[in-house]
Amino acid sequence: MKLAPTLRAPLVLGLFALAGALLVAGIHQFTAPRIADNERRVLLRGIHDVIPEDAYDNDVLRDTVTVRDPRLGTDEPVTAYIARRRGRPVGIILPVVAPNGYGGAIHLLVGILADGTVGGVRVLSHKETPGLGDKIERSHSDWILAFTGRRLGDPPAARWAVKRDGGVFDQFTGATISPRAVVRAVKNALLYFQENRERLFAESAEARAPKP
Amino acid sequence: MNAEYRHLISEGLWNNNVGLVQLLGLCPLLAVTNTAVNGLGLGLATLFVLVASNVTVSAVRRWVTPEIRIPVFVLVIASAVTAIELLMAAWLYDLYRVLGIFVPLIVTNCAIIGRAESYASRNPVPQAAVDGLAMGAGFTALLVVLGALRELAGHGTLLREAQFLFGTGAAHWKITVWPGDHGLLLAILPPGAFFGLGLLIAIKNVIDARRAGRAAQPVAAQPATAPTA
Repeated sequence: MKLAPTLRAPLVLGLFALAGALLVAGIHQFTAPRIADNERRVLLRGIHDVIPEDAYDNDVLRDTVTVRDPRLGTDEPVTAYIARRRGRPVGIILPVVAPNGYGGAIHLLVGILADGTVGGVRVLSHKETPGLGDKIERSHSDWILAFTGRRLGDPPAARWAVKRDGGVFDQFTGATISPRAVVRAVKNALLYFQENRERLFAESAEARAPKP
Repeated sequence: MNAEYRHLISEGLWNNNVGLVQLLGLCPLLAVTNTAVNGLGLGLATLFVLVASNVTVSAVRRWVTPEIRIPVFVLVIASAVTAIELLMAAWLYDLYRVLGIFVPLIVTNCAIIGRAESYASRNPVPQAAVDGLAMGAGFTALLVVLGALRELAGHGTLLREAQFLFGTGAAHWKITVWPGDHGLLLAILPPGAFFGLGLLIAIKNVIDARRAGRAAQPVAAQPATAPTA
């Protein structure tokens, strides 16, 4: 049977669309679990940078609480992860945004231990200048480690700043804005945690409890 | 190897190199060549897409009438790119995260639809496959050379972050040519990519001009005169 060209062209095109869709759907089915696993692994790796892996024993990725507060640097709700050991909270992992970096927002992961001490801070993504502001990244310098073990009061509130602003944290030669933004964001996250500590830990436990 | 294949390979790798001569695919070329490994990763992804698209387009060239060929090419290329993107996210997740948006953007690389239109849709499958392979290899080689150049000037290293492509065992492949973090900052910033590419195109033109000059001279001519390339 010979089809008219006006019918043949859309038919061929339709077949290609179908074949392409089937191919992509098949590969998606096949790779989806592996991709989800990769995402989980990267998230856990990030969490272990800010809260020691052996400090907790719960399934931290599922023990979450959704929070929204301007001090976390964004108007969007964010997912915080709660680390517990034998049911008692040992710390919280907060995704924090430093909105005023040199190249825009700097996304951070801040781990805060239950007593208010910083467990660790890591930069998730940023657009700071390569070679200058990007020293906030762990892979480029040790600077970000200076937060570990600090808390509100150590140093005192007025000195939670970069040295240029009279604080205790170093800035980089040629780049003050990036570290200043990170210091401010970490301080705000600590303030937020200090005020909401009980609620955060309780809410998460509630969400986690089996429904009656 | 017959003359046709030899011709295709020399075209793809040198004479008609996608980046150096056709100046296609410059967006990814300029954006991801801050290290050699990033260049290699995007180059290989592009190579796979090129071969897949060339082979498919060539295999179906008799059914696809001229009026629907462009939408068909777009469908073929988009499917191939999405497939490669998913496979990279599954097996090369770290590299996938570094390359980010530039993996799906392979779909907009004019070199791919260019080869489909100008070569694969008019030639048999084996030739189309070799053409895709040669063009892809030429593009990959350029990305790696430009990446290595910028990495060396900017960071003073070669093969940093090799583990993204070759697994954790490759983390120590990094060669520090000069230590410290005081490289030429310009090289890793976007303008460095333009300078680097311009330099490579100039080098290629000088080599070509020398060759042409040598070929034009009689064999017995004295080599005393300096080349005027």
